Amino acid sequence: MAADPLDEYIDAVSRALALPVEDAWRPAVRANLEVSMRLARLVDEFVLPDEAEPASVFAA
Amino acid sequence: MWTSLSCLTKPSRPVSLQPEIIPPGSREPLAASEIAQAVKDGRLSALAVTEATLARIAKRDGVLNSFTDVTADRARTRARAIDAAIAAGKNPGALAGVPLAVKNLFDVQGLPTRAGSRINRDAAPAARDAALIERLEAAGAVLVGALNMGEYAYDFTGENIHDGPSRNPHDPSRMTGGSSGGSGSAVGGALVPLALGSDTNGSIRVPSSFCGVFGLKPTYGRLSRARTFPFVFSLDHLGPLARNVGDLALAYDAMQGADADDAACTARPAEPVFASLTQATGDLRIAVAGGYFQKNVFPEAVEAVARVAKALGATRTVEIPEAARARAAAYVITTCEGASLHLERLRRRPNDFDPAVRDRLIAGAMIPAPMVDRAQKFRRWYRQQVLELFKSVDVILAPATPCVAPKLGQATFVLDGVELPVRAHIGIHTQPISFIGLPVVAVPVALDPLPIGVQIIVPPWRENVALRVAYALERMGTAFAPQPMGI
Repeated sequence: MAADPLDEYIDAVSRALALPVEDAWRPAVRANLEVSMRLARLVDEFVLPDEAEPASVFAA
Repeated sequence: MWTSLSCLTKPSRPVSLQPEIIPPGSREPLAASEIAQAVKDGRLSALAVTEATLARIAKRDGVLNSFTDVTADRARTRARAIDAAIAAGKNPGALAGVPLAVKNLFDVQGLPTRAGSRINRDAAPAARDAALIERLEAAGAVLVGALNMGEYAYDFTGENIHDGPSRNPHDPSRMTGGSSGGSGSAVGGALVPLALGSDTNGSIRVPSSFCGVFGLKPTYGRLSRARTFPFVFSLDHLGPLARNVGDLALAYDAMQGADADDAACTARPAEPVFASLTQATGDLRIAVAGGYFQKNVFPEAVEAVARVAKALGATRTVEIPEAARARAAAYVITTCEGASLHLERLRRRPNDFDPAVRDRLIAGAMIPAPMVDRAQKFRRWYRQQVLELFKSVDVILAPATPCVAPKLGQATFVLDGVELPVRAHIGIHTQPISFIGLPVVAVPVALDPLPIGVQIIVPPWRENVALRVAYALERMGTAFAPQPMGI
């Protein structure tokens, strides 16, 4: 059976960031990531013009 | 779950900006304004007020668990200095002798700033007080301690795995709300008349709602966050909780002003509000938030908003555009910025976190960067839409929470036959508002048996309008802080 892409993603990012994810925590981390990504997609699918500036504009 | 929604009795005395002193022996707590006036007039000493407060904390906080540190020696020293200043003919300030407590993410000189965590209590003691403590004490307030909170402010419940939960003053088996849970509990339980909290996504407004007190989340950037432990820099606000609107205004006026130590703090001059509280509200265009803000709510939230709207004569409904997406964007920014803040602690001491907080933060570290950038771009778009809406309305009313305080440890509730997670839903009505930094006063509506809050939402920098409306509601008896019942 192919590995779940989200589990592979969690493995890859945790290695890249040197973030520990113990087996006991993984289900909760994954569940939280699923919620966050669902909400991020809700924002992502909203079409904004290319000229849209982020709220956090730096002022020199 | 809630079928009976009768109102508690109205305040036993009229609300006034110049209230009388409560007779000795009365169980009703003194308001901050009453204490300050009595101390200035010499009818009470600051030390007597401090001793009474410390005794109250010692007697009742075993139940409420709102304090994590009681700074008794410091408070007595400060109170004696105020009494000495008065004896020397000096002006002790607008908050003379007023007991103050702060969420434990505020630096208190000599204490480690634990921010609800186990990890931070290993930090060195703070060398200097937070800016807002300094400003309130300069106005005569007396710091009596630091208050319980959800770990690193990533919380809507007021529960804390290290210090135990703060408990609701109207039913100790229920949540205070969070993350400023101790602030809601200490003020709602009448241990102190004034507390400070922080609000990133609702953490002042939620405990104000559950604990039945007034809370002010000012405009983003209005009050200095210098020397407080952060959570989400682009969303963090600080503000006061109190048992009446006059006290909120007194504290707010004492805390305003620029501060170079907080990059987000406005350079706008202070705009005092206390003197304008009594202005009429009849000229204001007031509307109820529809759509998103009328979904996923329990009957008690609907009832509270209806009572406030009726009292204010508000019959219009407005739609805040894309509020669900705004809440989603606030969630994404929060979890990513929070993860960034704690990244090194997550690597070094993951087992010292509350596991629920740790697992949320680790997931936050894994959100792709473009998602965060898009959330910040959406934030600017949404801000513009809401500011446009405010051209046709001055005040918007919305629930502060979808329900009254849930039971401690309660994981889910059932709404319209659907089981929903409590933690994720408590802040659904506050997040879309703080997302763009709008000022809000949360006013308590004392339903039976538990209170619930309503948000008075206004455009940026118009705290004066929100407080004016809250004051009018208090005068009408629609909003008031009920006496604590559970302790």
